[in-house]
Amino acid sequence: MTATPASLAELQDAVRAAPRVLAVGAGTKPRLAAAADGTRRISTVRLRGITEYEPDEYTFTALAGTPVREIAAALADRGQYLPFDPPLAAAGATLGGTVAAGLSGPGRFRYGGLRDFILGVRFVDGDGRLLRMGGKVVKNAAGFDLPKFFVGSAGRFGVLGELTFKVFPRPAARLTLRLPAAGPAEIAARFSAIGRARWEAEALEAVPRNAAVYLRLAGPAPALAALAREVLGRWPGEVLSEGTAAEFWAGVGEFAWAHPGGLLAKVPLGPEQLPALAALAAGLADGRVHFGAGGSQAFLSLPAGGEPARLDAGLRDLGLAGLTLRGDAPLRLGRVADPAVAAAVKRALDPAGRFPALDPS
Amino acid sequence: MPPPVLQRLAAVLSPDRILAGAAQLAAYESDGLTAYKARPLAVVIPESADEVVAVVRFCRDERLPFVARGSGTSLSGGSLPVAGGIVITLNRLNRILRLDPDQRIAVVEPGVVNAHVSVAALPHGLYYAPDPSSQPICTIGGNVAFNSGGAHCLKYGMTSNHVLGLKAVLATGEVVTWGGASREQAGPDWCGLFVGNEGLFGIALEVTLQLLPRPESYHTVLAGYRTLELAGDAVSAIVASGLLPGAIEMMDALALEAAVAAVHAEYPPGCEAVLIVELEGPREVVAADRVRLDAILAASRAVEVRVARDADERLAIWKGRKSAFSAVGRLSPDFIVQDGVVPRRRLGEALRRIDEMTRAAGLRCANVFHAGDGNLHPLILYDGRQPGALERAEELAGRILRMCVAMGGSITGEHGVGVEKRDYLPDMFTPDEVDCLRRLREAFDPLGIANPGKMFPAGEASARPAHGLHPLERAGVISRV
Repeated sequence: MTATPASLAELQDAVRAAPRVLAVGAGTKPRLAAAADGTRRISTVRLRGITEYEPDEYTFTALAGTPVREIAAALADRGQYLPFDPPLAAAGATLGGTVAAGLSGPGRFRYGGLRDFILGVRFVDGDGRLLRMGGKVVKNAAGFDLPKFFVGSAGRFGVLGELTFKVFPRPAARLTLRLPAAGPAEIAARFSAIGRARWEAEALEAVPRNAAVYLRLAGPAPALAALAREVLGRWPGEVLSEGTAAEFWAGVGEFAWAHPGGLLAKVPLGPEQLPALAALAAGLADGRVHFGAGGSQAFLSLPAGGEPARLDAGLRDLGLAGLTLRGDAPLRLGRVADPAVAAAVKRALDPAGRFPALDPS
Repeated sequence: MPPPVLQRLAAVLSPDRILAGAAQLAAYESDGLTAYKARPLAVVIPESADEVVAVVRFCRDERLPFVARGSGTSLSGGSLPVAGGIVITLNRLNRILRLDPDQRIAVVEPGVVNAHVSVAALPHGLYYAPDPSSQPICTIGGNVAFNSGGAHCLKYGMTSNHVLGLKAVLATGEVVTWGGASREQAGPDWCGLFVGNEGLFGIALEVTLQLLPRPESYHTVLAGYRTLELAGDAVSAIVASGLLPGAIEMMDALALEAAVAAVHAEYPPGCEAVLIVELEGPREVVAADRVRLDAILAASRAVEVRVARDADERLAIWKGRKSAFSAVGRLSPDFIVQDGVVPRRRLGEALRRIDEMTRAAGLRCANVFHAGDGNLHPLILYDGRQPGALERAEELAGRILRMCVAMGGSITGEHGVGVEKRDYLPDMFTPDEVDCLRRLREAFDPLGIANPGKMFPAGEASARPAHGLHPLERAGVISRV
């Protein structure tokens, strides 16, 4: 039986009511919600709504089960946005699930990822205490930065109840360029060159299957046209029509390129590791890869019944770590090396082991 | 004959890099929070990460408290020694280990000076964004420990937003490595948790910093206003316009007076407030945005609006702002720098109430602050030679902090809690929350030997009041922000 608390007090009760619990959101990243038998699931489906929104402060606070697309719509009404483009918004991803997965989309290239916009959190710890960490103002250095720690913590250290984020004004216009790039080495070279350039691109992604790099400029419309001309003077390419661009970015945000029903994993990396990871993906049966955030993250997909063990081993060989979002594979892939302090921090936040252990998954 | 513990320490570190003489220790008794002093047992000067690890493990085995120290610019007393403990100075770990322009990262040792990172990155068209006013001297290790801010936090965030990876020795002696060259990560954000630990978890040994492309152009404007309210209205109008300036800074009349006296800054006469607004980015973007900013300022009833015409004029505007803190030292023998945060829309109200409270206390207060993010820096002037003056100033500071919390803000935006604001932690956090913070601290430091006496209330460290500017401040080398 899944608990469905409708308030933070009920969330606290739900955590206290069972010895083993795990929070789940909309299920867009189902691997995070998988847990051993006997674990009671707490759904955030009714823990929903924006509790505070102060456009003049560039901040909002919302309950953890609030769908990201609802937040995006409320922000857009006031000319603002979450610059890191939270993925799977159309699929119904919740704010809490996005934090627990530590997922950022293409826009993270310009101003940073989810970790750079989270300001505060209210959560229930393993002792069932409702605690607030961080703050509701855009700048705050009091106490340890637990809000950041929860990014990517997969519900292992506490149940998120309410989150406060910083937002930015939306850029007036956007322009997407498609630049052909023959292979991984060329993609990496484009990423490096564009990352250092004066254009201050908002997003920089690559789709090896299309043999192309996609660069998104954002800002005042007249400036973008001039910047685009300069980019296209340096490399061959084209400006995408508004419709084509919108379709492309929506597909990126929803992982439309991934195998339906297959495995989907996030792998952080540096641009210099990009060719090796591309080779790993190419060596797996029907392995697909997408490079995001200027080469700071890759998403890999394998068909259902694919070879997750070979992916896991391959990542370990490359010294890379990954997080499985969907599919039948260990939650944590590749290099996993927790220092002793990780267990100590787990005990500090969850002394009785109410939430699943970080390992084994 | 040195105490036995120091004789044992000499087996870990060459004796010529263990300072224990009274005159040698005097230089380390205080940091940027000059009102506090404490005498350590010894100051050690490691030259490598391995030596830092060895000293920390020695302290662990001996149950000896230690405090890591860079340039000692902390304004919250973060590097105040623990009486009878060890100060570990990190200034000799000052190498930039790697600078990779393709990945836009720098890997540095903790003793590297903040500004030196940008100097090294300059030939590649890159820079390190966090810019605390002490950046010509403060170190990355201290920036990491206290999650330092600066004038550009609204757009670019604080130190934490620029630390991608860390190698650190924890108080347990364990050496950990988190993150790396990537801007993304899988799993909990350990780097995020470590940055801002105020020295209570351990000591950073290697820090991977993200570098950004240097903005191609700037549009820096200084606007003078007859009243603080008008300046505050201008800030609101800029924010509401959808522009995202790199910085929005404000100074009040007393701060302006100090800057004029100290660095001969020139401001429009008769102003109660001056606003500094800076746009930056590709030239085409700045050209379009400045039209909008200029229109907003033209309609803001400013006494005068000055635009920096070149890099020199831009630097002159910033020099007045960044030297304002130490400049206040010319108006008063002693002062306390506050660091509270209020929601931006309540800035005007906060300033009025600070003014009322200051008058009621019979003190003077200059205000220099980051208007863009609501981070106030009231500078409370007092004369430490007068009996009770420090106490009156601290009481006023406390009232200001409580006002910030009551308005929904924070007791610290960028200086950290340290020793200065530790008694106010319970104003921001419930007993359960303070307990949670304590448990985290114990996870990293079960013996309570890493910088004890900071962040948490109740007397873990002894310190006695002193007064006057930091010697480096008097020399004009550093300033406070």
